[in-house]
Amino acid sequence: MTRPARYRDMVAGGIVTLAVTAGAAWLSAKPEWQSLEPGMALVRISFTHGGDRSGSCRPLTAEELATLPRNMQRKEICDTHYPPVTVELDVDGQTVLARELPPSGFNGTGPSRLYQRIELPAGSHDFVARLRDNPQTAGFDYENRAQADLVPGQSYVIEFKPAQGGFTFR
Amino acid sequence: MLRRLFNRGFDRVERLLDGAFGPAWNPLAHLGSLGWLLFWVVAGTGLYLFIFFDTGVHAAYESVQWLSEDHWYHAGVARSFHRYASDLMVLVMLIHILREWAMDRLRGRRWFSWVTGVPVLWFVYISGITGYWLVWDTLAQYVATVSTELLDALPFFSEPIARNFLSPETLNSRFFTLMVFLHIAIPLMLLLMMWIHIQRITDARTNPPRGLGIMTLLALLAVALVMPAVSQGPADLATVPQRVGVDWFILSLYPVIESVPPGVIWTGALVITFLMIGLPWLPPRREAPAAVVTLDHCNGCARCVADCPYAAITLVARSDGAPFTHEVVVNEDRCVSCGICMGSCPSSTPFRRSEELTTGIDLPSRPLSQLRLEVIEAARSLTGEGRVLTLACQHGSAGAEGPGRVVLPCVAMAPPSLIDYIISRGLADGVAIAGCSERECFNRYGQEWTEQRFARQRDPYLRERVPRERLLLLWHGTSEARRTLREIASFGARLAAMPAYGKVRPITETRAPDRAGAPEAGT
Ligand code: HEM
Ligand code: SF4
Ligand code: SF4
Repeated sequence: MTRPARYRDMVAGGIVTLAVTAGAAWLSAKPEWQSLEPGMALVRISFTHGGDRSGSCRPLTAEELATLPRNMQRKEICDTHYPPVTVELDVDGQTVLARELPPSGFNGTGPSRLYQRIELPAGSHDFVARLRDNPQTAGFDYENRAQADLVPGQSYVIEFKPAQGGFTFR
Repeated sequence: MLRRLFNRGFDRVERLLDGAFGPAWNPLAHLGSLGWLLFWVVAGTGLYLFIFFDTGVHAAYESVQWLSEDHWYHAGVARSFHRYASDLMVLVMLIHILREWAMDRLRGRRWFSWVTGVPVLWFVYISGITGYWLVWDTLAQYVATVSTELLDALPFFSEPIARNFLSPETLNSRFFTLMVFLHIAIPLMLLLMMWIHIQRITDARTNPPRGLGIMTLLALLAVALVMPAVSQGPADLATVPQRVGVDWFILSLYPVIESVPPGVIWTGALVITFLMIGLPWLPPRREAPAAVVTLDHCNGCARCVADCPYAAITLVARSDGAPFTHEVVVNEDRCVSCGICMGSCPSSTPFRRSEELTTGIDLPSRPLSQLRLEVIEAARSLTGEGRVLTLACQHGSAGAEGPGRVVLPCVAMAPPSLIDYIISRGLADGVAIAGCSERECFNRYGQEWTEQRFARQRDPYLRERVPRERLLLLWHGTSEARRTLREIASFGARLAAMPAYGKVRPITETRAPDRAGAPEAGT
């Protein structure tokens, strides 16, 4: 059998236990971690948007219509897959992001998604965001610009909301 | 190689801690039970905090501030207990993992606790992460952002969930409520896994020695009063946290996650998980076959059931018509061939006359009959005065083969009657039992059973007639080989100084058990 505990064990063991616990408490908040360098701001451009599928639609032929039950008869048949979306972001005249976003989902039936972090030094910046979602047309379908004076630690968010005319900046 | 290095290293550090705590309270020998204590502390204080916590994302921070400041003397203290006990739990768990590995208590048929420990590891971390989320301070915001960005790398979500935390406008309560739910559900799953974790061992120690437990609680209380756990500034999604105070136990990976592509993190996590699950078989342990019961010599006394540390023996109804109510069966998947059951069986006596020395339960690869021969053989190499025969544990300081030494998987494999036999047959002047370290036995209970059998507190008793001064018990760790040799030598010197043991009844040459296991004089 192990020898019974002595008074000394309580004191010495108590001190060690206290030291370990205090050390753990200290490490529970320090040393601090610098997640974003001082003087930097964070720009995030993010959206979920499906490319324009209307180009893939075609009228149903008479034979096709005949094979469909009455309640499923439609004029047009469209591809369930989304075309890719192309996005670009310029900051102060420099292109910092240029991407073709494939549709999501295992077989491309989901919209394209973007979530991108861009760290910028605080100060005034010009933003130009462009997006092309229609494979039928040439060039970008949307282009929006904004100017912002970023303070250190600011979160600046660029989203794409076609209902509001394209990109929103805030 | 590496494992041996760690094994010795642990032994050295534990010897230091033996000095401070005494071997009975050595925290490194009670990591599992400390983990359980800390879990209960965290669970209890968590329930208490929940009374005051507002589960809405907009009021959560305020409610935590209120309980930490206005009600610091009870709820604030509970919060500090909750946080610091979680931190200690991570610490205790990490050392526990390293130590079980260093002690090689995971390979072979002992794989179960290790493999079920792997999900425990993850559940502990996830519980902690969801907890930090609930405070909804800048650290929570940081945790939310980094976690969701990492999760978004998986192809599961139709919409990036990190979008929830883009700006004050996108924040919604739905996700926060999910976190509150997870912070309760995951710890419950943790508890379930912790329970499963200890199902394949007998009497797992889930309560630390009282002194050690009280010390831990008092230390937590002192630290809670002096360095209370506090929130950082309130979360503000219009900004991004620049500098955060990270909990280096629970969130230590977050700075890494931030700096490494998510694919690397997920692959790394997956590889480490599978590597850990596979570790008990890397490489597989060459294990002796499981213990075997011989019903002719078993009366169903169940001593072996009580003594098996791995819950490998069960008592069942008698099947052979013998006039006993019970017999025992060994579960081969659990038996690690430690031999403790052989040492516990009343039929295990080397004095027996029978043609073949058989007992109720025995290791087929190293039966009692062979052990007797090994002892006789080892005794032959002892000469001069003060001959000491050593029965050594393979996992202790005397684990290496040597003259006058019989190395066993566990010293509790030696039935007390074997000691009697060695001394009363004059095979040696004294017997040294060199087990593993005093603070913890490789086979969990080998040391305790040996001590109790010799102290005549546990069946089978060491017979009264065995002179105690001819018996030396050593519980030394792997780094103390020299100390063991020294103590055995001085024991030999003491024996030499004693008058010769008068009651020796030597094994006569003609009747000595030879290779065929010839009959031998009874007592
Ligand atoms: C905080 C979480 C954990 C707690 C509370 C815990 C608790 C315990 C307890 C009470 C024992 C029994 C000790 C005894 O009575 O001999 C034990 C043994 C063990 N644990 Fe854990 N454990 C935890 C995590 C882990 C993890 C993550 C692993 C490994 C991945 C692990 C591996 C083992 C092993 C290998 C044993 C030895 C089993 C044996 O003796 O055969 N544990 N643990
Ligand atoms: S050898 Fe005996 S005591 Fe040891 S694990 Fe097997 S059945 Fe249990
Ligand atoms: S200790 Fe021996 S006699 Fe008793 S139940 Fe086990 S095998 Fe049978």
